[in-house]
Formats: sequence, C-alpha cells, structure tokens
Amino acid sequence: MVEFITAGLLMAFLGMCLSVGLAVANRMLYVYEDPRIDEVEEMLPNTNCGACGTPGCRAFAEAAVAGDIAPGKCTVSPSEVLKAIAIYLGVDAGMEEKRVARLACAGGTQVAWTRARYEGLETCRAAALVSGGGKGCAWGCLGLEDCMDVCDSDAIVMDRYGLPVVDEEKCTACKACVEVCPKQLFSLHPISHRLWVACKNLEMGDEAEAECEVACNACGRCAVDAPEGLITMENNLAVIDYSRNDLATKEPILRCPTGAIVWLERGGAIVKGPEAKRVTRVSPLPILETSTGIMR
Amino acid sequence: MAREMFSDLLQLSKRKSFSRGIHPPECKDHTSGKSIRRLPFAPKLVIPLSQHTGAPAVPVVREGQEVVRGEPIAEAGGFVSVPMHAPVTGIVDRIALAPTLEGEPSPAIFIKSYPAADQRILYGAPRDIESMSPEELVQAVQDTGVVGLGGAAFPTHVKLIVPEGKSVDTVVVNGCECEPYLTTDHRVMLERPDDIIAGIRVVARSLGAKRVLVGIEENKMDAAEVLRKALPEGLPIKVEVLRVKYPQGAEKMLVKALLRREIPPGGLPADVGAAVFNVATLAQIGDLLPRQQGLIERVVTITGPGVERPGNYLMALGTPLRFALEQVGFSNRRSKQVVLGGPMMGATVSSLDIPVTKGVTGILVMTHKQTRVELRHNRIYPCIKCGECVEVCPLYLNPSRLGLLARKQQYETMEEQFHLNACFECGCCSYVCPSNIPLVQYFRIAKALNRERKARACL
Repeated sequence: MVEFITAGLLMAFLGMCLSVGLAVANRMLYVYEDPRIDEVEEMLPNTNCGACGTPGCRAFAEAAVAGDIAPGKCTVSPSEVLKAIAIYLGVDAGMEEKRVARLACAGGTQVAWTRARYEGLETCRAAALVSGGGKGCAWGCLGLEDCMDVCDSDAIVMDRYGLPVVDEEKCTACKACVEVCPKQLFSLHPISHRLWVACKNLEMGDEAEAECEVACNACGRCAVDAPEGLITMENNLAVIDYSRNDLATKEPILRCPTGAIVWLERGGAIVKGPEAKRVTRVSPLPILETSTGIMR
Repeated sequence: MAREMFSDLLQLSKRKSFSRGIHPPECKDHTSGKSIRRLPFAPKLVIPLSQHTGAPAVPVVREGQEVVRGEPIAEAGGFVSVPMHAPVTGIVDRIALAPTLEGEPSPAIFIKSYPAADQRILYGAPRDIESMSPEELVQAVQDTGVVGLGGAAFPTHVKLIVPEGKSVDTVVVNGCECEPYLTTDHRVMLERPDDIIAGIRVVARSLGAKRVLVGIEENKMDAAEVLRKALPEGLPIKVEVLRVKYPQGAEKMLVKALLRREIPPGGLPADVGAAVFNVATLAQIGDLLPRQQGLIERVVTITGPGVERPGNYLMALGTPLRFALEQVGFSNRRSKQVVLGGPMMGATVSSLDIPVTKGVTGILVMTHKQTRVELRHNRIYPCIKCGECVEVCPLYLNPSRLGLLARKQQYETMEEQFHLNACFECGCCSYVCPSNIPLVQYFRIAKALNRERKARACL
C-alpha cells in the first residue's frame, strides 16, 4: 500500500515540477507571430496550388503580411476576397488580370488524321517519344490526357474528340499543364486575350490541310485584315502580337478558310469566321496505316 | 578425333565476351544467306538535312536545280556535321519539312529522280590516299559524308581526331551485329572484305594506332574466315571471335570484351585508348575515299514475317519506306508494326513516308501474330523485385530501382544517385522483366524530362 502512495506522490510531484518548467519555458521562449498571418491564411483558398510562386497558402500569407507580395498575386481567390485581404492588411490589392491556360490546337479526331495507332504506356509523353505519337500532324494534341491528370483544380476535361477543354472559371493559371504537355501546346494568357490561333502546324497550304482540316494553312488573310502589326506570319503560322491586344477585333477571323484563327467569347464559346469550312462530321476519322507504336 | 573435340571445347571456353547480357532468338536465318541486291530508285527521294548526330547540313542547291548522282547537295554545318550527296540523277523538287523517325518534322531536300536515271556514279575522281597526311584524311572522310552506319550515325571523321591528352593504341572494328534479325554487317563482311581492310588502314593510319582488333560473333564464322583470308601479310590486324550475346555490339561492351578495359560513364573509347568503328562504315570509307565520292547508298536488311522476300538490299539514301517495302512484297493489311533498326533497340515508325537515312540498319515488319503475343501480356504488373533485370544489365545498373523511382516521378534522384544517364537503352531489362514493366520507356521519359528541366533552368 505504502508503495502505491509513494509512487503516486512522486508522480504528482514530478508532474508539478515539469509543468512549472513548461510554463516558464512558454514565457521565456515565446516567439511572437503576427496574428494577421492566421487571419489571412483563413481567407485564402488553401488549395496550395503554387500558382503565385510561393510554396503554399501559408507561405503566401506570411509574404503578404510582410509586404513582399501583393494579395492580387493569388490567382485562385475571387476578387472580393482579394480586396478584403488588401483592406485587412491596409495595402493595395495589386490585382492582376485573371490568366487562363489556352490550347493551341483544334485538331480533334473528327478533323485531324491519325497515321498510326499508338499502343503502349497511356501518356502523351511516352507516345511522343515513339516517332511523335502517330498523329498525322506532328505538332498536334495527342489526347492521352496528361494535362487532365496533372490539373489539380479539375479545370481540364477531354471532349468527345480527345481534345482538352479548359474551364476558364476553374483554371488557376498554375502552369502545370504548360509544363507537362510534350508538344508545348498550352500557354497562359490574360483572359482579355480573345483573338486566338488554335494551331501550331508549321507546314503550309495543302500539306497542312492534308493532316488536319482546321490547320492554319498560312494563307496570310488574317495578317492583312488585322490592324497593322497585330498579326504577322512566322514559320507558316499566324502569330498574334499580344502587346497590341487592344487593337484586336473579330475582323481577322472573318476570311480564315479553315477556322484556325478564332474569337473566344467569355464563357467558353468559340467563334469561327463565316468563311471557315463547316465541319459536320461527328465520328472520328479512320486510322490511315496499321503500324503501331509498341515500345519496350 | 577426341583430341580435336577437346581442342574445340577449349576454344569455346576461351571465347571472349562481357558479363551479363541476354540471349534473344537470333532470327537471322531468313536473310543471312541472301547476297546483297540493289533496289531501283524511288520516283521521289527525301534527304533530311539532319540524319546524323550534330549540326544539320546546309543545302547548296536551289529548288528546280538538276543534280547528278553523287553530286554534293548540302555542305557540313560545322565540324560535327557531314555533307550530303545526291543519291540519284534528277531534279531538286523542293526543300521543305519532311517526317522523321523522331516525330518532329525537319527540313529535307526532295529530289525527283529521272525515269531513266541509272546506277552509274558520274561524280568524283580517283586519287592516291596513301600519300595523304592524317589531317588531310580527316577532311577527306568528312567530305565523303560517312557517319557511323551501325545505327548511331555519329560523324566518323570526328572519331578520327584523338582528344588532347589522350592516345589511341587500338582500333576496334565492330562486326558483332548482335541485334536479332539484322544481317547487313554479316553480308558486307562476306562480300566486301577488301573495302573493309582498306578502310581499316585509313583509320589506323589517321589515329596512329598500333594494332587493330576485329570483333565478330561466333554465329558469323564464315565472315571471320573470309576476313582472315583477306588480311594482308605483316599488318597488326587480328580477327577475334566472340561469344554470341546481346548487346555484344555496343561500344562499351565490345571494348570490355576485347580489351578488358572499361569506358567510364559519360566517357569515350578514347579515354581507354580505343576507337570503335562499324565494319559497314569502314567498308564505305575504303570504297569511297580513293574515288573521292560521297555516301549515297547503304545496305539495309528488310525482314520480318510481314515481308514476302526478305533480304539484304542496297538502296539509295532517301528512299521512302513505303517504296522500299513495296519492292519486297509487303501488304499493309497483314502487317502491324514497322521498326527501323533491330527489335531490341530499333524505333517504331508512325508513317511510311519516313525515308531511309544513313543510320538505318534494318526495316523490320511485324504482323498481328507477333504483336498479339505482346498485347496479351500488355498489362503491367507490379515489380516483384525478382532481380532479373539487375542480373542482365550489362552496365551493372539497377533497373528495378530506377523503374520504381520512375513510377514515383523522382527523375532527379534517378540521375543523381542511380546513374540514369549511363544507360544506353539496350532493352535487356525490359526483355527479361516477368511483370512486363516497360523499363526502357520509363528511362527514355525520365531522360527527356531531365533534359527539358535543365534547358528550362538555363533560360
């Protein structure tokens, strides 16, 4: 019995001593942390997407409170939240225009020919290493969903013709799809860039159109119709100078014979010119040759 | 009798080789007995300006210009580059993008051949190569446009210059041809031994090498005999017969088998005092150099169950695959997969408009029967860590570990800790893997991504 009591007392005494030690340590070694960091972190979306350039939302909050980064750099939060953070911190929101990922290819399976069937690891990267991946157009989207898999915000879905479609609302401009695409088809653009060349084919004329019905065939009409300097032809491809984006109108798309240059309406609608050939085919084109790409 | 048998056995046990590696079915019998035959000219030839390692060649012809068979049509775009010559008499149709094996279209010269064009070469003049200095020889070899014809397509003249601070004592001649199905080197050794020896003398003199070792695998004893007979008296050339094993013909493995010297990772054969040349490359040098001509044709093995008349064909460079296959009886319906090179390291093509280039050793056509077997096993199972791949990797890497890291996308670790870049993608690990893991494909992806990352970091 005595043993139990001594042990209990000893434990109680030890606990008391150590808790006093802890209490003292808590006072002496206290690190002051700005309470605003927690507040700001609370307001952020906490997706840790990395699009702002900091490693996660906590780091962003620390940088924002320290004044190293403007709250507007967060591409995910809606603008009201960013303004609220800016007011809370008493700084300028530094709002930047929302940016989204855009795909420079419109060659789905109903308009672009497939030369060979690829069989092997089901990723674009692996397919691209086997003789370019079997698509007729060597620059076009392979449609094996690498971008969809890498997108953390579910902003990319594949349409029925194997092309990724970006949801402008959900896209956080985190750059993951830009880096993963082996054909470098994605790029980030401010949402106000509405004039868009959805093609990267460097061939011209019939050779470009033989591979894909909606390829840019380098006819140069859009470059002539556009305000001076907005569109130039480089390497058989229309290139838009986005530093003059304020000049952009729907005019350049009007005479495009293939519909490679388009006007992107807000909300995702794609407007082609009236002279673009109408694609009524709904089924995928057949595969031209039988060779396949098994790589071991 | 018994004594003979004993000495045979002794001989067998003494055959040189490297450790590890695999023994795939050889499948060479369909074509090894068939002598080299010429193919006619295709109506249109495509000569890519970049069909070798290094800088692309620069065209010296205009569209619409007439060219004569053998005439230079593009000059070297730098030191590590070679000129191109017209393989056929005809007219330059256009200079435009053409499909390539790598996928990315690259600039090429399209030549429309004249219907009456014959095989005579009207360009070049005989000259005495014995009196040329080593520097002149290097220039002369570059002018022929010869690159490594074993598949790597590395400009040969670059190998003729010994890097500063190093010396080359041995020239190693590669007549192994360890890839299944291929028999081009075999036929070249049987039919053109004198050209090979002339080529050996050029490279040996240019490098100042003291001896020459010719490595030939045991399944080509006839070629070894022919070469031995053709050897002139008093030259330090020795023909060595090696065990049959894949990848015996890889530069690193061959040097190890013949010289017992190990080329360091990322190093060159010159680091261990050797220089390695393929027999077909040497035959072309021995043939073209005295006549001052350029490389315009090569021997290609067209084989596989998908073709009716397999054989070894001498064809003009730039012949589109479709034309070459039509000549030997090929049906698009029956065939399923066309591979350039051998089945182990070759690359599947995605278009038959791709032309035959300097580095193409074989065209292999597989039918549904072969690929179906592959498809049935196409499911990838988890690594069971059986260690088969470690047992066969000729470079003593750990493919299993590399594969697991690739699945986790730890590409940097693969390079930094597990010597990813030493791997030359021989495919032994994928061949033996019971779980059907496409290890080489993983490694190629890892290498491509690492290269991209480094390029981005440089920006």
